[in-house]
Amino acid sequence: MNVIVYANTNQNKVHKSAFEATSYASQFASKHGGKVTALATAEAEGLEELGKYGADKVLQINDSKLADFKPELIAQALKAAAEAEQAEVVVLSHDLSGKSVAPILAALTKGGLVSGAVDLPNTDDGFVVKKAVFSGKAFAHTKINAEMKIISVMPNSIEKKENSKESNIESFDAALGDSRLNVVEQKMESTDLPLTEADKVVSAGRGLKGPENWEIIEELAKELGAATACSRPVSDMDWRPHHEHVGQTGVAIRPNLYIAIGISGAIQHLAGVNQSKVIVVINTDPEAPFFKSADYGIVGDAFDVVPKLIEAAKEMNLASN
Amino acid sequence: MKILVCISKVPDTTAKIAFTENNTKFDTNGVQFIVNPYDEWYALVRGLEIKEAQGGSVTVLNVGGAENDPTIRKALAIGADDAVRINFEAKDALATATQIAEFAKAENYDMVLFGKETIDYNGSQVGGMVAALLDQPFISNASKLEMDGNKGKVERDIQGGKEVIEVEAPFVLSAAKGMAEARIPNMRGIMAARTKPLKVVEASASADATEVVSYELPPAKGDVKLVDADNPAELLELLRNEAKII
Repeated sequence: MNVIVYANTNQNKVHKSAFEATSYASQFASKHGGKVTALATAEAEGLEELGKYGADKVLQINDSKLADFKPELIAQALKAAAEAEQAEVVVLSHDLSGKSVAPILAALTKGGLVSGAVDLPNTDDGFVVKKAVFSGKAFAHTKINAEMKIISVMPNSIEKKENSKESNIESFDAALGDSRLNVVEQKMESTDLPLTEADKVVSAGRGLKGPENWEIIEELAKELGAATACSRPVSDMDWRPHHEHVGQTGVAIRPNLYIAIGISGAIQHLAGVNQSKVIVVINTDPEAPFFKSADYGIVGDAFDVVPKLIEAAKEMNLASN
Repeated sequence: MKILVCISKVPDTTAKIAFTENNTKFDTNGVQFIVNPYDEWYALVRGLEIKEAQGGSVTVLNVGGAENDPTIRKALAIGADDAVRINFEAKDALATATQIAEFAKAENYDMVLFGKETIDYNGSQVGGMVAALLDQPFISNASKLEMDGNKGKVERDIQGGKEVIEVEAPFVLSAAKGMAEARIPNMRGIMAARTKPLKVVEASASADATEVVSYELPPAKGDVKLVDADNPAELLELLRNEAKII
Protein backbone atom coordinates (compact mmCIF):
# COMPACT_ATOMS: atom_id res chain seq x y z
CA MET A 1 0.00 0.00 0.00
CA ASN A 2 1.49 3.33 -1.00
CA VAL A 3 1.39 6.02 1.63
CA ILE A 4 1.25 9.80 1.42
CA VAL A 5 2.54 11.83 4.35
CA TYR A 6 1.65 15.44 4.98
CA ALA A 7 4.97 17.13 5.76
CA ASN A 8 3.62 20.15 7.55
CA THR A 9 5.78 23.22 7.56
CA ASN A 10 5.58 26.48 9.40
CA GLN A 11 7.63 29.58 8.81
CA ASN A 12 9.67 27.73 6.18
CA LYS A 13 10.68 24.87 8.42
CA VAL A 14 9.55 21.27 8.35
CA HIS A 15 7.77 20.63 11.59
CA LYS A 16 9.08 18.03 14.03
CA SER A 17 5.74 16.22 13.85
CA ALA A 18 6.22 15.74 10.09
CA PHE A 19 9.24 13.54 10.79
CA GLU A 20 7.20 11.48 13.23
CA ALA A 21 4.44 11.06 10.64
CA THR A 22 7.02 10.08 8.02
CA SER A 23 8.56 7.51 10.34
CA TYR A 24 5.08 6.12 11.10
CA ALA A 25 4.35 5.79 7.37
CA SER A 26 7.74 4.23 6.73
CA GLN A 27 7.34 1.65 9.51
CA PHE A 28 3.96 0.73 8.07
CA ALA A 29 5.24 0.56 4.48
CA SER A 30 8.25 -1.58 5.32
CA LYS A 31 5.89 -4.12 6.87
CA HIS A 32 3.27 -4.11 4.14
CA GLY A 33 5.19 -3.00 1.06
CA GLY A 34 4.57 0.21 -0.79
CA LYS A 35 6.23 3.55 -1.22
CA VAL A 36 6.19 6.52 1.11
CA THR A 37 5.76 9.92 -0.50
CA ALA A 38 5.90 13.06 1.60
CA LEU A 39 4.06 16.13 0.41
CA ALA A 40 5.20 19.59 1.44
CA THR A 41 3.14 22.59 0.48
CA ALA A 42 5.93 25.14 0.69
CA GLU A 43 9.64 25.47 0.27
CA ALA A 44 11.09 24.62 3.63
CA GLU A 45 14.25 23.92 5.48
CA GLY A 46 14.57 20.23 6.29
CA LEU A 47 12.76 18.68 3.31
CA GLU A 48 15.83 16.61 2.41
CA GLU A 49 15.81 15.22 5.94
CA LEU A 50 12.43 13.51 5.35
CA GLY A 51 14.35 10.81 3.48
CA LYS A 52 16.23 10.01 6.65
CA TYR A 53 12.98 8.85 8.27
CA GLY A 54 11.89 6.78 5.33
CA ALA A 55 10.33 8.99 2.64
CA ASP A 56 11.05 7.44 -0.76
CA LYS A 57 10.16 10.68 -2.44
CA VAL A 58 9.32 14.23 -1.46
CA LEU A 59 6.80 16.21 -3.47
CA GLN A 60 6.83 19.94 -3.13
CA ILE A 61 4.13 22.30 -4.26
CA ASN A 62 5.03 25.86 -5.07
CA ASP A 63 1.79 27.75 -5.23
CA SER A 64 1.26 31.24 -3.89
CA LYS A 65 -2.23 30.16 -2.77
CA LEU A 66 -0.50 28.11 -0.09
CA ALA A 67 1.64 30.93 1.28
CA ASP A 68 -0.56 30.87 4.39
CA PHE A 69 -2.04 27.83 6.09
CA LYS A 70 -5.19 26.98 4.11
CA PRO A 71 -6.49 23.63 5.35
CA GLU A 72 -8.98 23.06 2.54
CA LEU A 73 -6.33 23.65 -0.13
CA ILE A 74 -3.84 21.39 1.62
CA ALA A 75 -6.53 18.69 1.73
CA GLN A 76 -7.05 19.14 -2.02
CA ALA A 77 -3.31 18.85 -2.60
CA LEU A 78 -3.08 15.67 -0.50
CA LYS A 79 -5.97 14.17 -2.42
CA ALA A 80 -4.26 14.96 -5.73
CA ALA A 81 -0.97 13.50 -4.47
CA ALA A 82 -2.74 10.33 -3.29
CA GLU A 83 -4.27 9.92 -6.74
CA ALA A 84 -0.96 10.57 -8.49
CA GLU A 85 0.89 8.07 -6.31
CA GLN A 86 -1.97 5.57 -6.15
CA ALA A 87 -1.86 5.74 -2.38
CA GLU A 88 -4.57 4.26 -0.19
CA VAL A 89 -3.18 5.58 3.07
CA VAL A 90 -2.54 9.19 4.12
CA VAL A 91 -0.67 9.95 7.33
CA LEU A 92 -0.71 13.32 9.10
CA SER A 93 0.21 14.52 12.55
CA HIS A 94 -2.64 14.99 15.03
CA ASP A 95 -1.36 18.44 15.83
CA LEU A 96 -3.20 21.68 15.14
CA SER A 97 -2.44 21.40 11.42
CA GLY A 98 -3.63 17.81 11.12
CA LYS A 99 -6.78 18.55 13.12
CA SER A 100 -7.70 21.08 10.44
CA VAL A 101 -6.67 19.17 7.34
CA ALA A 102 -7.46 15.52 8.08
CA PRO A 103 -11.27 15.81 8.44
CA ILE A 104 -11.53 17.87 5.25
CA LEU A 105 -9.46 15.28 3.41
CA ALA A 106 -11.67 12.50 4.76
CA ALA A 107 -14.78 14.25 3.48
CA LEU A 108 -13.20 14.94 0.06
CA THR A 109 -12.09 11.34 -0.41
CA LYS A 110 -14.97 9.65 1.48
CA GLY A 111 -12.16 8.20 3.55
CA GLY A 112 -12.14 6.71 7.01
CA LEU A 113 -10.18 8.80 9.50
CA VAL A 114 -8.66 7.67 12.77
CA SER A 115 -7.39 10.73 14.58
CA GLY A 116 -4.79 10.56 17.32
CA ALA A 117 -3.36 7.12 16.48
CA VAL A 118 -0.94 5.78 19.10
CA ASP A 119 0.22 2.65 17.30
CA LEU A 120 0.80 1.27 13.81
CA PRO A 121 -2.23 -0.20 12.02
CA ASN A 122 -2.99 -3.84 12.69
CA THR A 123 -3.98 -5.61 9.48
CA ASP A 124 -4.66 -9.10 10.83
CA ASP A 125 -8.39 -8.61 10.39
CA GLY A 126 -9.07 -5.56 8.28
CA PHE A 127 -7.27 -2.29 8.95
CA VAL A 128 -7.46 -1.45 12.65
CA VAL A 129 -5.82 1.53 14.33
CA LYS A 130 -5.46 2.10 18.06
CA LYS A 131 -6.25 5.55 19.40
CA ALA A 132 -6.72 7.15 22.80
CA VAL A 133 -10.33 7.95 23.79
CA PHE A 134 -12.12 9.35 26.84
CA SER A 135 -9.36 11.93 27.29
CA GLY A 136 -6.68 9.30 27.75
CA LYS A 137 -8.69 7.07 30.07
CA ALA A 138 -9.05 4.31 27.46
CA PHE A 139 -8.09 3.20 23.96
CA ALA A 140 -10.29 2.29 21.01
CA HIS A 141 -9.32 -0.10 18.25
CA THR A 142 -10.96 1.47 15.24
CA LYS A 143 -11.42 -0.33 11.96
CA ILE A 144 -11.36 1.67 8.75
CA ASN A 145 -13.78 0.24 6.23
CA ALA A 146 -13.42 2.93 3.56
CA GLU A 147 -11.02 2.50 0.67
CA MET A 148 -9.02 5.61 1.61
CA LYS A 149 -7.45 5.25 5.02
CA ILE A 150 -6.44 8.42 6.81
CA ILE A 151 -4.47 8.37 10.04
CA SER A 152 -3.43 11.32 12.15
CA VAL A 153 -0.68 10.32 14.55
CA MET A 154 -0.68 11.55 18.14
CA PRO A 155 2.48 13.60 18.63
CA ASN A 156 5.17 11.95 20.73
CA SER A 157 3.52 8.50 20.65
CA ILE A 158 5.50 6.76 17.93
CA GLU A 159 9.21 6.18 18.17
CA LYS A 160 10.90 8.03 15.35
CA LYS A 161 13.15 5.54 13.57
CA GLU A 162 15.77 6.38 11.01
CA ASN A 163 15.40 4.51 7.74
CA SER A 164 17.54 6.39 5.29
CA LYS A 165 16.30 6.55 1.71
CA GLU A 166 17.73 8.33 -1.27
CA SER A 167 14.78 10.59 -1.65
CA ASN A 168 14.54 13.19 -4.36
CA ILE A 169 12.58 16.38 -4.04
CA GLU A 170 10.25 16.74 -7.00
CA SER A 171 7.95 19.60 -7.72
CA PHE A 172 4.26 18.76 -7.85
CA ASP A 173 1.38 20.62 -9.40
CA ALA A 174 -2.14 20.30 -8.13
CA ALA A 175 -5.15 22.22 -9.33
CA LEU A 176 -6.24 24.04 -6.20
CA GLY A 177 -9.46 25.93 -5.62
CA ASP A 178 -9.66 29.30 -3.94
CA SER A 179 -9.66 29.69 -0.20
CA ARG A 180 -12.12 32.03 1.46
CA LEU A 181 -9.84 32.39 4.47
CA ASN A 182 -7.67 35.46 4.61
CA VAL A 183 -4.81 35.20 7.09
CA VAL A 184 -3.99 38.71 8.28
CA GLU A 185 -1.55 38.07 11.09
CA GLN A 186 0.52 35.40 12.83
CA LYS A 187 1.35 35.90 16.48
CA MET A 188 4.05 33.44 17.44
CA GLU A 189 4.93 32.86 21.06
CA SER A 190 8.42 33.83 22.01
CA THR A 191 9.16 30.46 23.57
CA ASP A 192 11.76 28.27 21.87
CA LEU A 193 10.05 25.11 23.00
CA PRO A 194 6.31 24.85 22.35
CA LEU A 195 4.61 22.81 25.04
CA THR A 196 3.06 20.21 22.78
CA GLU A 197 6.46 19.35 21.35
CA ALA A 198 8.48 19.28 24.54
CA ASP A 199 9.91 15.95 25.72
CA LYS A 200 9.94 17.19 29.27
CA VAL A 201 7.57 19.56 31.03
CA VAL A 202 7.78 21.19 34.45
CA SER A 203 4.36 22.38 35.54
CA ALA A 204 3.20 24.21 38.63
CA GLY A 205 -0.07 25.09 40.30
CA ARG A 206 -1.63 27.15 43.02
CA GLY A 207 0.76 25.60 45.53
CA LEU A 208 3.35 28.12 44.30
CA LYS A 209 1.26 30.87 45.97
CA GLY A 210 1.96 33.64 43.47
CA PRO A 211 3.47 34.51 40.08
CA GLU A 212 6.53 36.01 41.75
CA ASN A 213 7.57 32.52 42.83
CA TRP A 214 7.89 31.06 39.35
CA GLU A 215 11.61 31.66 39.16
CA ILE A 216 12.38 28.27 40.67
CA ILE A 217 10.03 26.56 38.22
CA GLU A 218 11.70 28.23 35.26
CA GLU A 219 15.13 27.45 36.60
CA LEU A 220 14.32 23.78 37.15
CA ALA A 221 12.85 23.60 33.66
CA LYS A 222 16.01 25.16 32.26
CA GLU A 223 18.23 22.71 34.08
CA LEU A 224 16.20 19.77 32.77
CA GLY A 225 15.79 21.14 29.25
CA ALA A 226 12.04 21.21 29.84
CA ALA A 227 9.18 23.49 28.85
CA THR A 228 7.07 25.15 31.55
CA ALA A 229 3.33 24.68 32.03
CA CYS A 230 0.69 25.46 34.62
CA SER A 231 -2.70 24.41 35.96
CA ARG A 232 -5.98 26.08 35.11
CA PRO A 233 -6.37 28.29 38.23
CA VAL A 234 -2.89 29.67 37.66
CA SER A 235 -3.72 30.71 34.10
CA ASP A 236 -7.18 31.95 35.11
CA MET A 237 -5.60 34.22 37.71
CA ASP A 238 -3.14 35.42 35.05
CA TRP A 239 -0.14 34.28 37.02
CA ARG A 240 1.05 32.61 33.82
CA PRO A 241 0.21 33.04 30.13
CA HIS A 242 -2.82 31.10 28.87
CA HIS A 243 -0.84 29.04 26.38
CA GLU A 244 0.89 27.35 29.33
CA HIS A 245 -2.38 25.95 30.69
CA VAL A 246 -2.45 22.17 30.40
CA GLY A 247 -5.55 20.13 31.13
CA GLN A 248 -8.86 19.34 29.59
CA THR A 249 -9.73 22.90 28.59
CA GLY A 250 -6.17 23.94 27.90
CA VAL A 251 -3.54 22.03 25.99
CA ALA A 252 -3.31 18.24 26.12
CA ILE A 253 0.28 17.01 26.16
CA ARG A 254 2.10 13.69 26.31
CA PRO A 255 5.74 14.36 27.10
CA ASN A 256 8.16 11.68 28.27
CA LEU A 257 8.44 13.41 31.61
CA TYR A 258 5.82 15.54 33.36
CA ILE A 259 6.73 17.08 36.71
CA ALA A 260 3.75 18.57 38.56
CA ILE A 261 4.60 20.88 41.42
CA GLY A 262 1.90 22.14 43.78
CA ILE A 263 -0.91 20.74 41.60
CA SER A 264 -3.46 18.57 43.41
CA GLY A 265 -4.43 16.60 40.29
CA ALA A 266 -8.09 17.29 39.58
CA ILE A 267 -9.54 14.96 36.96
CA GLN A 268 -9.76 17.83 34.46
CA HIS A 269 -6.04 18.45 34.83
CA LEU A 270 -5.23 14.74 34.53
CA ALA A 271 -7.19 14.55 31.28
CA GLY A 272 -4.58 16.79 29.69
CA VAL A 273 -1.48 15.05 31.01
CA ASN A 274 -2.32 11.42 31.80
CA GLN A 275 -0.70 10.13 28.63
CA SER A 276 2.72 11.38 29.73
CA LYS A 277 5.18 8.51 29.94
CA VAL A 278 6.51 9.32 33.42
CA ILE A 279 4.72 11.53 35.92
CA VAL A 280 6.44 13.06 38.95
CA VAL A 281 4.36 14.79 41.62
CA ILE A 282 5.71 17.17 44.25
CA ASN A 283 3.09 18.23 46.78
CA THR A 284 2.89 19.09 50.47
CA ASP A 285 -0.33 17.11 50.81
CA PRO A 286 0.28 13.34 50.87
CA GLU A 287 -3.44 12.88 50.12
CA ALA A 288 -3.29 14.88 46.87
CA PRO A 289 -5.10 12.75 44.28
CA PHE A 290 -2.28 13.32 41.78
CA PHE A 291 -0.05 10.85 43.67
CA LYS A 292 -2.38 8.04 42.53
CA SER A 293 -1.49 8.78 38.89
CA ALA A 294 2.20 9.41 39.52
CA ASP A 295 5.21 7.21 38.94
CA TYR A 296 7.41 9.12 41.35
CA GLY A 297 6.52 11.50 44.12
CA ILE A 298 7.94 13.73 46.78
CA VAL A 299 5.80 14.78 49.72
CA GLY A 300 7.25 18.12 50.57
CA ASP A 301 7.23 21.88 50.21
CA ALA A 302 8.05 23.11 46.71
CA PHE A 303 10.04 26.02 48.12
CA ASP A 304 12.25 23.56 49.92
CA VAL A 305 12.36 20.68 47.40
CA VAL A 306 12.67 22.52 44.08
CA PRO A 307 15.84 24.52 44.91
CA LYS A 308 17.48 21.25 46.02
CA LEU A 309 16.41 19.64 42.74
CA ILE A 310 17.93 22.53 40.82
CA GLU A 311 21.20 22.08 42.70
CA ALA A 312 21.21 18.35 42.04
CA ALA A 313 20.40 18.87 38.36
CA LYS A 314 23.29 21.33 38.11
CA GLU A 315 25.65 18.83 39.69
CA MET A 316 24.54 16.15 37.27
CA ASN A 317 24.97 18.68 34.49
CA LEU A 318 21.66 17.68 32.90
CA ALA A 319 21.18 20.89 30.98
CA SER A 320 24.04 20.04 28.65
CA ASN A 321 22.52 16.69 27.63
CA MET B 1 -27.23 35.82 11.98
CA LYS B 2 -28.69 32.38 11.61
CA ILE B 3 -26.47 30.19 13.77
CA LEU B 4 -26.31 26.42 14.10
CA VAL B 5 -24.44 24.92 17.06
CA CYS B 6 -23.73 21.21 16.89
CA ILE B 7 -23.68 19.52 20.28
CA SER B 8 -22.60 16.07 21.30
CA LYS B 9 -23.76 14.09 24.32
CA VAL B 10 -20.80 12.79 26.34
CA PRO B 11 -20.18 11.14 29.70
CA ASP B 12 -19.46 13.59 32.49
CA THR B 13 -15.74 14.35 32.91
CA THR B 14 -15.63 12.48 36.20
CA ALA B 15 -17.47 9.39 34.90
CA LYS B 16 -15.87 6.02 35.49
CA ILE B 17 -14.82 4.58 32.15
CA ALA B 18 -15.65 0.88 31.78
CA PHE B 19 -16.74 -1.41 28.96
CA THR B 20 -19.16 -4.31 28.56
CA GLU B 21 -19.90 -7.06 26.04
CA ASN B 22 -16.34 -8.22 25.77
CA ASN B 23 -14.96 -4.68 25.68
CA THR B 24 -17.01 -3.64 22.68
CA LYS B 25 -19.53 -1.30 24.34
CA PHE B 26 -19.12 1.66 26.67
CA ASP B 27 -20.71 0.85 30.01
CA THR B 28 -23.32 3.56 30.56
CA ASN B 29 -24.38 2.10 33.90
CA GLY B 30 -24.47 4.92 36.46
CA VAL B 31 -22.93 7.40 34.03
CA GLN B 32 -24.17 11.00 33.97
CA PHE B 33 -24.33 12.51 30.51
CA ILE B 34 -23.66 16.14 29.72
CA VAL B 35 -23.39 18.42 26.70
CA ASN B 36 -19.80 18.12 25.45
CA PRO B 37 -18.05 20.94 27.38
CA TYR B 38 -16.35 22.55 24.36
CA ASP B 39 -19.65 22.56 22.47
CA GLU B 40 -21.46 24.13 25.41
CA TRP B 41 -18.97 26.52 26.98
CA TYR B 42 -17.40 27.85 23.83
CA ALA B 43 -19.49 27.21 20.70
CA LEU B 44 -22.97 27.59 22.16
CA VAL B 45 -22.23 30.54 24.45
CA ARG B 46 -20.36 32.45 21.73
CA GLY B 47 -23.24 31.76 19.35
CA LEU B 48 -25.66 33.19 21.90
CA GLU B 49 -23.49 36.27 22.44
CA ILE B 50 -23.37 36.97 18.71
CA LYS B 51 -27.13 36.57 18.46
CA GLU B 52 -27.63 38.90 21.43
CA ALA B 53 -25.43 41.54 19.79
CA GLN B 54 -26.64 41.25 16.22
CA GLY B 55 -30.02 39.55 16.36
CA GLY B 56 -30.90 36.27 14.68
CA SER B 57 -31.35 32.79 16.04
CA VAL B 58 -29.37 29.95 17.59
CA THR B 59 -30.41 26.40 16.84
CA VAL B 60 -28.71 23.46 18.53
CA LEU B 61 -28.35 20.22 16.63
CA ASN B 62 -27.60 16.76 17.95
CA VAL B 63 -27.23 13.49 16.11
CA GLY B 64 -28.56 10.60 18.17
CA GLY B 65 -31.51 8.73 19.60
CA ALA B 66 -34.37 9.90 21.83
CA GLU B 67 -32.23 9.12 24.90
CA ASN B 68 -30.30 12.32 24.04
CA ASP B 69 -33.32 14.61 24.50
CA PRO B 70 -32.64 15.50 28.18
CA THR B 71 -29.10 16.57 27.23
CA ILE B 72 -30.44 18.65 24.32
CA ARG B 73 -32.87 20.36 26.75
CA LYS B 74 -29.83 21.45 28.81
CA ALA B 75 -28.54 23.36 25.80
CA LEU B 76 -31.97 24.93 25.36
CA ALA B 77 -31.88 25.96 29.04
CA ILE B 78 -28.66 27.85 28.42
CA GLY B 79 -30.46 29.90 25.80
CA ALA B 80 -30.69 28.27 22.36
CA ASP B 81 -33.97 29.11 20.62
CA ASP B 82 -34.77 25.69 19.32
CA ALA B 83 -33.26 22.26 18.76
CA VAL B 84 -33.03 19.64 16.09
CA ARG B 85 -32.20 16.00 16.65
CA ILE B 86 -31.30 13.86 13.68
CA ASN B 87 -32.43 10.38 14.53
CA PHE B 88 -29.25 8.48 13.73
CA GLU B 89 -26.76 6.53 15.79
CA ALA B 90 -23.59 8.59 15.64
CA LYS B 91 -20.85 5.98 15.50
CA ASP B 92 -18.69 7.23 12.65
CA ALA B 93 -17.61 10.83 12.15
CA LEU B 94 -18.09 10.94 8.38
CA ALA B 95 -21.56 9.40 8.56
CA THR B 96 -22.48 11.86 11.33
CA ALA B 97 -21.08 14.80 9.35
CA THR B 98 -23.02 13.67 6.29
CA GLN B 99 -26.25 13.78 8.30
CA ILE B 100 -25.48 17.25 9.63
CA ALA B 101 -24.48 18.60 6.21
CA GLU B 102 -27.62 17.18 4.56
CA PHE B 103 -29.73 19.00 7.10
CA ALA B 104 -27.74 22.25 7.17
CA LYS B 105 -27.60 22.57 3.38
CA ALA B 106 -31.28 23.36 3.12
CA GLU B 107 -31.27 25.79 6.04
CA ASN B 108 -28.60 28.27 4.87
CA TYR B 109 -26.96 28.98 8.21
CA ASP B 110 -24.54 31.89 8.42
CA MET B 111 -22.30 29.84 10.64
CA VAL B 112 -22.10 26.31 11.97
CA LEU B 113 -20.24 26.07 15.27
CA PHE B 114 -18.64 23.06 16.96
CA GLY B 115 -16.45 22.50 20.03
CA LYS B 116 -12.84 21.67 19.19
CA GLU B 117 -13.35 18.00 20.04
CA THR B 118 -15.59 15.75 22.10
CA ILE B 119 -14.28 14.47 25.41
CA ASP B 120 -15.36 10.89 24.63
CA TYR B 121 -13.97 10.01 21.21
CA ASN B 122 -11.49 12.95 21.06
CA GLY B 123 -11.82 12.98 17.30
CA SER B 124 -11.75 16.63 16.16
CA GLN B 125 -13.36 15.35 12.98
CA VAL B 126 -17.00 16.22 12.43
CA GLY B 127 -16.59 20.02 12.11
CA GLY B 128 -14.00 19.87 9.35
CA MET B 129 -15.98 17.22 7.52
CA VAL B 130 -19.18 19.26 7.62
CA ALA B 131 -17.27 22.27 6.25
CA ALA B 132 -15.95 20.21 3.35
CA LEU B 133 -19.35 18.66 2.64
CA LEU B 134 -20.96 22.10 2.63
CA ASP B 135 -18.05 23.52 0.62
CA GLN B 136 -17.51 26.20 3.25
CA PRO B 137 -14.31 27.44 4.89
CA PHE B 138 -13.30 25.72 8.13
CA ILE B 139 -11.53 27.43 11.01
CA SER B 140 -10.41 24.96 13.64
CA ASN B 141 -9.47 25.58 17.27
CA ALA B 142 -10.66 29.18 17.21
CA SER B 143 -10.18 31.09 20.45
CA LYS B 144 -11.86 34.34 19.37
CA LEU B 145 -14.67 35.24 16.98
CA GLU B 146 -15.84 38.79 16.35
CA MET B 147 -18.61 39.46 13.84
CA ASP B 148 -19.18 42.76 12.09
CA GLY B 149 -22.26 42.16 9.99
CA ASN B 150 -21.30 39.41 7.61
CA LYS B 151 -17.58 39.74 8.22
CA GLY B 152 -15.85 37.63 10.81
CA LYS B 153 -12.51 38.14 12.47
CA VAL B 154 -11.22 34.95 14.02
CA GLU B 155 -8.21 34.01 16.09
CA ARG B 156 -7.19 30.40 15.83
CA ASP B 157 -4.54 28.37 17.60
CA ILE B 158 -1.71 27.15 15.38
CA GLN B 159 1.47 25.24 16.29
CA GLY B 160 3.46 27.62 18.47
CA GLY B 161 1.13 30.60 18.33
CA LYS B 162 -2.03 32.18 17.02
CA GLU B 163 -3.26 33.35 13.67
CA VAL B 164 -5.75 36.09 12.90
CA ILE B 165 -8.07 35.28 10.01
CA GLU B 166 -10.74 37.22 8.18
CA VAL B 167 -13.63 35.25 6.78
CA GLU B 168 -17.04 36.05 5.45
CA ALA B 169 -20.12 34.09 6.48
CA PRO B 170 -21.08 31.36 5.81
CA PHE B 171 -18.36 29.34 7.51
CA VAL B 172 -17.82 26.42 9.87
CA LEU B 173 -15.78 26.87 13.03
CA SER B 174 -14.58 24.74 15.94
CA ALA B 175 -14.21 26.59 19.22
CA ALA B 176 -11.49 26.32 21.88
CA LYS B 177 -10.73 28.00 25.19
CA GLY B 178 -10.90 31.79 25.14
CA MET B 179 -13.97 31.91 22.91
CA ALA B 180 -16.48 32.58 25.72
CA GLU B 181 -17.15 32.08 29.41
CA ALA B 182 -19.39 29.19 30.44
CA ARG B 183 -22.96 30.12 31.39
CA ILE B 184 -24.97 28.48 34.12
CA PRO B 185 -28.63 28.02 33.20
CA ASN B 186 -31.02 29.87 35.51
CA MET B 187 -34.43 28.68 36.65
CA ARG B 188 -36.22 30.70 33.98
CA GLY B 189 -34.06 29.16 31.29
CA ILE B 190 -34.68 25.66 32.61
CA MET B 191 -38.47 26.27 32.69
CA ALA B 192 -38.44 27.77 29.21
CA ALA B 193 -36.38 24.88 27.84
CA ARG B 194 -39.24 22.47 28.54
CA THR B 195 -41.46 24.07 25.95
CA LYS B 196 -38.91 25.16 23.34
CA PRO B 197 -39.25 23.30 20.03
CA LEU B 198 -37.19 20.12 19.61
CA LYS B 199 -37.67 18.85 16.10
CA VAL B 200 -36.77 15.27 15.23
CA VAL B 201 -35.50 14.73 11.71
CA GLU B 202 -35.23 11.28 10.17
CA ALA B 203 -31.76 10.32 8.96
CA SER B 204 -30.75 9.94 5.35
CA ALA B 205 -28.85 6.87 4.23
CA SER B 206 -25.09 6.92 4.89
CA ALA B 207 -22.36 4.34 5.35
CA ASP B 208 -19.92 4.18 8.24
CA ALA B 209 -16.32 4.75 7.12
CA THR B 210 -14.99 3.53 10.47
CA GLU B 211 -16.16 1.39 13.40
CA VAL B 212 -14.77 0.73 16.86
CA VAL B 213 -14.11 -2.99 17.10
CA SER B 214 -12.98 -2.99 20.72
CA TYR B 215 -11.95 -0.83 23.65
CA GLU B 216 -9.07 -1.28 26.02
CA LEU B 217 -8.25 0.22 29.40
CA PRO B 218 -4.67 1.31 29.97
CA PRO B 219 -2.67 -0.94 32.30
CA ALA B 220 -3.21 -0.01 35.93
CA LYS B 221 -0.61 2.41 37.18
CA GLY B 222 1.67 0.85 39.79
CA ASP B 223 2.09 2.51 43.16
CA VAL B 224 3.90 5.80 43.24
CA LYS B 225 7.52 5.52 44.30
CA LEU B 226 8.12 8.14 46.97
CA VAL B 227 11.42 9.90 47.40
CA ASP B 228 12.45 11.54 50.66
CA ALA B 229 11.93 15.31 50.60
CA ASP B 230 15.34 15.78 52.22
CA ASN B 231 17.10 14.06 49.37
CA PRO B 232 15.48 15.14 46.08
CA ALA B 233 18.67 14.27 44.20
CA GLU B 234 17.53 10.66 44.46
CA LEU B 235 14.60 11.56 42.24
CA LEU B 236 16.91 12.62 39.45
CA GLU B 237 18.96 9.45 39.89
CA LEU B 238 15.78 7.38 39.49
CA LEU B 239 14.71 9.35 36.44
CA ARG B 240 18.12 8.77 34.91
CA ASN B 241 18.88 5.18 35.88
CA GLU B 242 15.46 3.58 36.33
CA ALA B 243 13.07 5.50 34.09
CA LYS B 244 15.93 6.43 31.74
CA ILE B 245 14.39 9.67 30.63
CA ILE B 246 16.94 12.29 31.63
